Amino acid sequence: MSEVKTSEPLFSKKNMELIKNPLNQINPVTIQVLGICSALAVTVQMDNAIVMSIAVTAVLVIGNLLVSLMRNVIPGRIRIIVQLVVVAALVIIVDQILKAYVYDVSKSLSVFVGLIITNCIIMGRLEAFALGNKPWASILDGVGNGFGYGLVLMVVAFFKEILGSGTLTIPGLGKLTIIPESFFDWGYMNNGLMLLPPSSLFIVGIYIWVQKAKNPELIEA
Amino acid sequence: MALNKDSNVYTIAFATIMVVIVGGLLAFVSMSLKPMQQANVKNEKMQNILQAIGIEETNGVTREEAGAKFNKFITRRVTINYKGEIVSDKTANDKIDAQDKLDAFNIDLRKEYSRYVKPIMSRNKGDDAKIQELLSNSTDIHFPIFVCEHGGEKYFIVSASGKGLWDDIWGYLCVKSDGETINGSVFDHKGETAGLGSKISETWFEDQFIGKTMAENGAYLPLSVEKPGKDLNNHQVDGISGATFTGIGVNEMLERNLAVYYNFFKNNPEFTK
Repeated sequence: MSEVKTSEPLFSKKNMELIKNPLNQINPVTIQVLGICSALAVTVQMDNAIVMSIAVTAVLVIGNLLVSLMRNVIPGRIRIIVQLVVVAALVIIVDQILKAYVYDVSKSLSVFVGLIITNCIIMGRLEAFALGNKPWASILDGVGNGFGYGLVLMVVAFFKEILGSGTLTIPGLGKLTIIPESFFDWGYMNNGLMLLPPSSLFIVGIYIWVQKAKNPELIEA
Repeated sequence: MALNKDSNVYTIAFATIMVVIVGGLLAFVSMSLKPMQQANVKNEKMQNILQAIGIEETNGVTREEAGAKFNKFITRRVTINYKGEIVSDKTANDKIDAQDKLDAFNIDLRKEYSRYVKPIMSRNKGDDAKIQELLSNSTDIHFPIFVCEHGGEKYFIVSASGKGLWDDIWGYLCVKSDGETINGSVFDHKGETAGLGSKISETWFEDQFIGKTMAENGAYLPLSVEKPGKDLNNHQVDGISGATFTGIGVNEMLERNLAVYYNFFKNNPEFTK
């Protein structure tokens, strides 16, 4: 890569769009409907959703970077396998680090960390973007899509935890009580369904509805 | 020399180099983080045992403190088998040696349950007498007892493991020196439904066991988890709405394991003195 071009600024408009678009117009979860599985499973508590988002973003950014760096040497016939090995290695490292440093979170995320490997967003971005773009753009694309995923995860977790348990668990602050005790004395009850995976589908559905209502250009004819 | 990227040789060479690098990297990461991970697991176990005692000094002990406090409170570690014979007896002065598989602290309840207890139970479903016979003949099933001496009282922390709705459940219960009254408990699970079955590890559920007893008129009477809202006697605790099968699992686990301990305490009165 010895081409001497007038390099474009690091945060040019085009590059910023790589971060901004996945948050809304091409959101991996709500528009491309990728990575739904984990969005259903790890959204019972806010802290799980946050750690999961960070883990996915980290894997996505580093994976994108590595594949982008190797894009000219990866043999075409085994490129999917190469991507898979990169992702799998990163996920195992993330899992090991969580187990060593934030043991409690890793316990509550249990198998879902390992399942990041199968998260369609990651393979999708590696194959569709990193394989054909330069490292810096790939990093931004990873950040954007990671955040787009995290955004949906946190919105879902926010409603699920408040309606399901009446609390909000934020790392560093602990469990915050959102629904005051007096509500329960009046006969208010936590909604058990909100703690189960199906409720995430309802919330993701409503999210898509609101999103498309606000962005008419997203509605398919 | 121009490389032909589509050649078989290149593809195989690339794959080989990549696998070697990735394999080496993962081995390195795993080796360097292993001590911390094992310490976490060990400290969590100590934390669970200490919290189960049900005395003020160890309530709410954190995972970090547990390692230092464990030997202060737990003065003796005993392992018994299904028949109630002592197979290992250690004091706080004996270091916990990870190689000594019979040390009460190293008994892996969940592993023993899935490897030895579960097969016997599923193969002889419905034939309780046969299950009892096979279980008591097995030399692979162990029951740890941790003895805590505090304020002139002796407490015995015993443990149980079984199956909930989805996966393993396990717990530690503290028995007072009368050999039948529960003084505290800690439950945990691997994969019970979050917000429903997972509530067995919450304090309100665990604290219900305090003061309950597993004997009536000098005979064993298992503790049981009842449907919520029933009138409870002093062997029963409230269950969790929406987690019926986790409750059934807790029942089965307590009944099977506590029977062994109950008989041991009754047959060895000198042990509890």
